[in-house]
Amino acid sequence: MAVRAARLKRLGAVTAAVAVALAAGACGSGDSGDASSDGTVTLEFAQWWAPELPEGSFDKLIADFTAQNPNIKVKLLSAPYASTKQQLVTGAASRTLPDVVGLDGAWVNDFAKQGAIADLTPLMREANYDASQLASQVQVNGKTYMIPVVNFVYPLFVNQDLLSKAGVSAVPSTRSEFLDAAKKISATGGNVKGWALPLDTAVPNGVQNDVMSWLWASGGSMLADGKPNLTSAPVKSTIEFIKSLNDAGVIVPGSLTMKEQDKVEKFTTGQVGMVIDSLAHINLIKKNNPDLKFTVAALPAEDGYTGQRGMPYASWGIGIANSSKHKAEAFKLVQFLLSQQTNAQLSTLANGFPGNKTAVPDFSQSDPLFKTAFDIYSQGYPANEFVGLPKSEDLMRSFAEQLQLVLTGKQSVDDALARSQEAWSSQM
Amino acid sequence: MTSAHVDHPMLAPEAAPPALQPVTPRRARPAAVARRLVPYAYLSPTALLIAVLMVVPIVMVISYSFRDNVIVQENPVFVGFANYTRVLTDPEFLTALKNTFVFITVSTVAHLVLGLAFAMMLNTPLLSGVTKAIFRIVYILPWLFTIAVIAVIWRLLLDPAGVVNYVLGTLGLIHDGVNWFGDPGKALWVLTFVNIWSGYPFFMISLLAALQGIPADLYEAAAVDGANPVQRFLSVTLPQLRPVIVSMAVLDLIWTSQQFALIWMTTGGGPLNATEMLSTYTYKQAFSEYEFATASASAVIVLLLTMILAFFYVRQQRER
Repeated sequence: MAVRAARLKRLGAVTAAVAVALAAGACGSGDSGDASSDGTVTLEFAQWWAPELPEGSFDKLIADFTAQNPNIKVKLLSAPYASTKQQLVTGAASRTLPDVVGLDGAWVNDFAKQGAIADLTPLMREANYDASQLASQVQVNGKTYMIPVVNFVYPLFVNQDLLSKAGVSAVPSTRSEFLDAAKKISATGGNVKGWALPLDTAVPNGVQNDVMSWLWASGGSMLADGKPNLTSAPVKSTIEFIKSLNDAGVIVPGSLTMKEQDKVEKFTTGQVGMVIDSLAHINLIKKNNPDLKFTVAALPAEDGYTGQRGMPYASWGIGIANSSKHKAEAFKLVQFLLSQQTNAQLSTLANGFPGNKTAVPDFSQSDPLFKTAFDIYSQGYPANEFVGLPKSEDLMRSFAEQLQLVLTGKQSVDDALARSQEAWSSQM
Repeated sequence: MTSAHVDHPMLAPEAAPPALQPVTPRRARPAAVARRLVPYAYLSPTALLIAVLMVVPIVMVISYSFRDNVIVQENPVFVGFANYTRVLTDPEFLTALKNTFVFITVSTVAHLVLGLAFAMMLNTPLLSGVTKAIFRIVYILPWLFTIAVIAVIWRLLLDPAGVVNYVLGTLGLIHDGVNWFGDPGKALWVLTFVNIWSGYPFFMISLLAALQGIPADLYEAAAVDGANPVQRFLSVTLPQLRPVIVSMAVLDLIWTSQQFALIWMTTGGGPLNATEMLSTYTYKQAFSEYEFATASASAVIVLLLTMILAFFYVRQQRER
């Protein structure tokens, strides 16, 4: 036994020695973003934008930046949205975020609370940056942590062929017109339905884009003084409206596990007459079904509502890591991407709307529907109350579950809203 | 980089003796000590890999499960078993536990029955070689698809306006489109069906190999004794296959309990938590609620449950 123990001890010693050597080696090689001897600074920039843009176009923009700032080099860390998110969640935890990070409004609160991303307000002050040109800023406790660079709005997509087949002459503009049109479209038979409601809980953004959007379109709010206010009359009327669509049988079946891509797919194949969808999908829809005749419109509002209509949006936001040693240089990159000229270029490439109010995207080469959407956007306002909320995905999920209970007849609207209010209050 | 890491262990024995010398002066012959250490040095790359890839992460997860607000806060506090209490009293976790139990037991039993039936069919002398070859390809097809493809295929087939409903409707078996994945009463069974479909070929192939290894003399002896086909199956085939069946079943229970991608890509745990499993529950805790502590507690519980299965597997292997 003693011999065995001694052997084990020796084995342990050897393993430990090797592990220490390896760990020391790993520590030595993990450093990045440092200034080199000639004073050149290398910034790391993690985002999911480059893979979504025409190939090579984002690198070209960044090359323009490095040409203007010869002492700054930019290393792009490009990955799809979901991988970027997971990378940043772990990077935020281990304080190893890249210097500049692409952000979604939904992540900001959590990252800011962890102290992983920097307050941009002092950086703007130091750089004498005029923040009034920004279309919006995402703040937590009055401090700006993210600036939206490009915004993607979610208008109402309408299949004009189905609408005219159903005998509806105009695109619905109020909730009752929408219900009526949806009923008539569903009555045309086959598998065709009036509206699609993706409520899958794996990626529960349907609550933001397809449910709460109705509330914002009528100028309503799900918050009061930053606290949840789900039992208010406007929220109740929104959920009752969605229930009325469900009761009328105009929603595509299977909505409890439907995902966003299913919604786009069904609209593209003409199985659903109207959906609320990202403008970014126009090109995809046209590519997959060039013959589909459709238009975009502002979301229908409550009958009699005359105010400005909110339109849900998602952003490519930008922020700076708190752990970055080169915040001033990083802010130069932020400034560059939000400058009038670059921001207009980037918005044009991305088919989105600029984060700089003075930038005007060039629609001459793009689909005329983008121009229509830009006009609707200019008349209303971008609305997304989930931006900046803590654990926003989880808030959406718990709301989706309560709404599912309503749609399956297991719960009343009042109970669902009261339960959601309770769940949200405890989280926020 | 890699070669540099591998080089260290080779240097370690030469560097070690001087350090050991003063402690053990009597048997301090450096050459002898070095010789004794050589085998461990050879082992050290593997030991290191196991340590870095298995021991360290597992120990970290276990330590996370005893602290609060891990990862998202810099100084998490020790909370004892609070996370475990929270997880074990969470109704969603209990639902996930129940669903996982149904999912893995039904899947494993069906995998076994289907796999054995198809393997026996492919082993029968009643069919010609060509027929068997064709069926072998057809039967193994589900196994060749990746989980992502399987999820997409079945989502399309089982869409309320999809092929399955169309065929059933045309045959007059159903009137309205059935909501396969979207109906809380059906989702778990449909998901289990898809999992069975995707997993039976592995059983089939393994059992086929085992069937082909059963000596023909045993069947001849049984025939001489006057045994009919059912008796031959029960008294020769099954006992001969038993070791393979038991290990496959235990492995399948472990693998199926870890199934995540298929569930996430088809139902995401919904509708109304009808297909919530331990894997999806843990994922949601970590990456949606950012509650890495409760996620770790849930993961440790899954680890313990899996270790019970692994214990039976190892014991069964040792008996062989």
